[in-house]
Amino acid sequence: MSDTALPLPRLAGAERAPRSARARGYWRTVGRRLSRDYVTLFFALVIAVIVLAAILAPLIAPFDPNATSIVNRLKPIGYKGLFILGTDELGRDVLSRLIYGGRISLLMGLLPVGLATCIGGFLGLIAGFAGGWVNALIMRIMDVFYAFPSVLLAVAISGTMGGGIVVSLVALTLVFTPPLCRVSEAATTQIRSRDFVDAARASGATSLSIMLYHVLRNVLAPVLIYASSLVSVSILLAAGLSFLGLGVEPPTPDWGLMLSTLRQSIYVQPVICALPGAAIFVCSLSFNLVSDGLRQAMDIKA
Amino acid sequence: MLDQTARSDLPLVEVDDLHVRFFDGDETVWAVNGVSFELMPGEVLCIIGESGSGKSVTMRALMRLLPGQRSVISGRIRIGQFDIMALDERRMSAIRGSTVSMVFQEPMTALDPVYTLGQQIGETLMRHEGCSRKAARQRALELLQLVKVPLPERRLDSYPHELSGGLRQRALIAMALSCRPRLVLADEPTTALDASVQIQILLLLRKLQRELGMGLIFVTHDLGVAAQIADQIAVMYAGRIVELGSAGDVLLRPRHPYTKGLLASIVRDPLRDHDIEAIPGSPPDLRVIAQGCSFAPRCKFARPICATAVPRPRHIAPDHVASCVLIEDLPHHDAPAVPRPPFPIPASGRGVY
Amino acid sequence: MAADAVPRLVTQPPTAPDDPRDRGGRAQPLLIAQNLEKHFPIRGGMLSREHGSIKAVDDVSFSVLKGETMGVVGESGCGKSTLARVLMGLVPQDKGSIVFDGEMVGGQQGLPMRELRRNMQIVFQDSDSSLNPRLPIVESIAYGPRVHGMRRAEARSLARDLLQRVGLDPALFAFRYPHELSGGQKQRVNVARALALNPRLVILDEAVSALDKSIEAQVLNLLRQLKQTLNLTYVFISHDLNVVRCVSDRMLVMYLGQVVEIGPTDTIYRKPKHPYTEALLESRLTTDPRNRVEIAPLAGDPPNPADPPSGCRFRTRCVFAEEICAARRPALGESNSHAAHLVACHMADPRSGHSRTAPSSQRAAALGC
Repeated sequence: MSDTALPLPRLAGAERAPRSARARGYWRTVGRRLSRDYVTLFFALVIAVIVLAAILAPLIAPFDPNATSIVNRLKPIGYKGLFILGTDELGRDVLSRLIYGGRISLLMGLLPVGLATCIGGFLGLIAGFAGGWVNALIMRIMDVFYAFPSVLLAVAISGTMGGGIVVSLVALTLVFTPPLCRVSEAATTQIRSRDFVDAARASGATSLSIMLYHVLRNVLAPVLIYASSLVSVSILLAAGLSFLGLGVEPPTPDWGLMLSTLRQSIYVQPVICALPGAAIFVCSLSFNLVSDGLRQAMDIKA
Repeated sequence: MLDQTARSDLPLVEVDDLHVRFFDGDETVWAVNGVSFELMPGEVLCIIGESGSGKSVTMRALMRLLPGQRSVISGRIRIGQFDIMALDERRMSAIRGSTVSMVFQEPMTALDPVYTLGQQIGETLMRHEGCSRKAARQRALELLQLVKVPLPERRLDSYPHELSGGLRQRALIAMALSCRPRLVLADEPTTALDASVQIQILLLLRKLQRELGMGLIFVTHDLGVAAQIADQIAVMYAGRIVELGSAGDVLLRPRHPYTKGLLASIVRDPLRDHDIEAIPGSPPDLRVIAQGCSFAPRCKFARPICATAVPRPRHIAPDHVASCVLIEDLPHHDAPAVPRPPFPIPASGRGVY
Repeated sequence: MAADAVPRLVTQPPTAPDDPRDRGGRAQPLLIAQNLEKHFPIRGGMLSREHGSIKAVDDVSFSVLKGETMGVVGESGCGKSTLARVLMGLVPQDKGSIVFDGEMVGGQQGLPMRELRRNMQIVFQDSDSSLNPRLPIVESIAYGPRVHGMRRAEARSLARDLLQRVGLDPALFAFRYPHELSGGQKQRVNVARALALNPRLVILDEAVSALDKSIEAQVLNLLRQLKQTLNLTYVFISHDLNVVRCVSDRMLVMYLGQVVEIGPTDTIYRKPKHPYTEALLESRLTTDPRNRVEIAPLAGDPPNPADPPSGCRFRTRCVFAEEICAARRPALGESNSHAAHLVACHMADPRSGHSRTAPSSQRAAALGC
């Protein structure tokens, strides 16, 4: 038995790559997984439709949402082929109001959460990274806000500050900042104990540099997932505030406000009265399911 | 039920052409590719392999502990009188813990942190043997004494986090032995332990195995551990057994290039001036199944023929096989591919109980 | 020994080529640890009162000569990982000092930490957390130089060079993420990261412990080659005695935060003086099934580091323990020679009163003069 070895075609000197040659980043893998999740894709499409409709509202709404008509009050669905979804108690076209109302709802859903993510996320990052008394200070302040149920808190802040759309935005941002801060702080604390953070410190980097360059990109994923799940809650809360009269002022079209004003007409045109509720439901549900799908796709045990 | 396989000349465990594949999305992982071996009662088999060799998957397949949706197992597995592949889940879970039990690597994750030791050992006993809570506690105490846990009465009421690594591993062994299994599967139980504690646990396992007459299949990556307790050794690479034989044969007279390479790369004497003889390259990616010998890309004896077909096991001695084309079969030998060596059975086939 | 006195050399160190950054000269040890101490308080109760402490590192002193590999051996709980972090400044010490190439580290006139970190780096054990999972490895390696002012393109090019040096083809590996690498490859990246700042001393904290044996051999070979070509000094921390013997020139053994034995590796392996070292050496397993260990050399588990035994900490597991062992902690002793074989055991000290001390004719040998 001889020991002659033939030169092998591969493997000389440097190592071969064991996995596929394409360098797949984390986000690319997430994208790939999402592309196979049909439920999430469908509801993402629904969101896209709502967003598009809201953006293109002046072009696609059949009527002026504020155009009243005493004659055409509370007409049923498909009335005369003109009013596709009927009219409300002031004769305004419900479909147009729903389309324009989508603008407000999306704004009230996305903007407070976006602001709260920035503020709360950053505060949580600092708290988690600094530890000690800084952590205690920030987190205990958050706990004070956290102690209140979110609806009550939103109503209290809105009511005290007088209502209106800007006040509602502020109130909702204040409601969502503490939970986002908490998620961010928990994630940061976990990341901070890992060896690569120690290695970065051992390179002589400042805490700020490590926080922004190394820690932030690891904390983004859990924070964004949580934030996306809050959008649906925000839409609901904003609609609730409008329903109570603490949100937008009439005659601005808004789904919550529509629910409130159409309430009296429920025995006349029950289906039309349910339409704003259905819009809130679909919008909120879509965001909820998409955020769930996002969370599943991002939960890669790599 | 009379157990015919309690006779000492029939193997306790027979595994024939085991294949395990995992499905992860659109990728297939060929974890185990045709593993066959036998274990006689009272014998210790060590499966040696590095990460990705398929040794842990083989173990878990024996107890059917693999995730059902994502894995496919084929082949024949017989433990005692049970045909493992044919049993339904209910019968299988009746066997787990009673006929076959397992000792895991990480005692901290294998033990439930919210229950005391006494409760956990007792639960296994009450479930499989149906004894009362008081009787179970008494048995648990005896088991802790058997595994030499100091102050066993106190330890019965301790929680896992209050114990050191060595004590936790002893507790796991006590749990594994509680229902007098005929076969114990140990998956790297000493890897996470310090060397001084590792020796104690290995000696304990060996002693208990001898006294109680159990079969023991021990998975490890450490050749020293295998040398310490194995009667038989199977070396696995890329989901296949590449060498199988007695401990002396495999460790002192290895014939497969991978086994030889492993033994050569173990650091022993001071080598401060020159390199250790390392096997080049990395373990193969199990998502791609090689046409020929999986070890050929890293083998210094490789030839073109190695890439054409998977080498079949060849006999170096009646009890020693290796899967390498460079080995010539023993002349006029037509014994079955898997060796069945004679093994002395301990005089007392039953244990303390 | 006064805090700023530097032990002088009697025997010759392993010859190291002259390094332009060398300040203290060949005889000067590159690193001196003096009486290092780090205790972790245990807090509990309602007001988080401190009711005890884990003495992770307790009065540890040793030197590392230029160009040598110093092994640090011990089991879990002995404090070797804490020691590594204290040396790197990742964990501030409670007491004691560190001297690098003749200069005290920290303090008013001492070497600033940032400067020290250009000279001393650490390689951690391969784990899921040793590399940032969201950064391609070339950026992980380039981070250190960038922190110290190098420009991004230059740092990346340096990182690619280092990848080549550690045996990973940069064309294939530079933009991979850690989860796409095997354990051995990740460890090579860790080594490259440590070398990015061109250090003189590298601490290897269980750097090969988590690797398969065949990969471990590859990485050890790589470390040996890098040590020669880059003129490095290593502190090699491991629990694996076979590996430590293979790579270290000198070594020290730790038990529960204290140094129990220190000296040239070959001497210690041939004739260990401390009962713990002896037991550890006998706990090694060979690959020869004819040489099985029949009796465990060491019984029981290491005691609780929060509540160590009085006097000699090893006495609860020592076969030779006597009254004196509980009463007084044995001292390691001192020597002018770096080749001395020192041990902290009453049996080696004829003045201790232990019944097994060596007769006075062997005292000089025991104290290593």
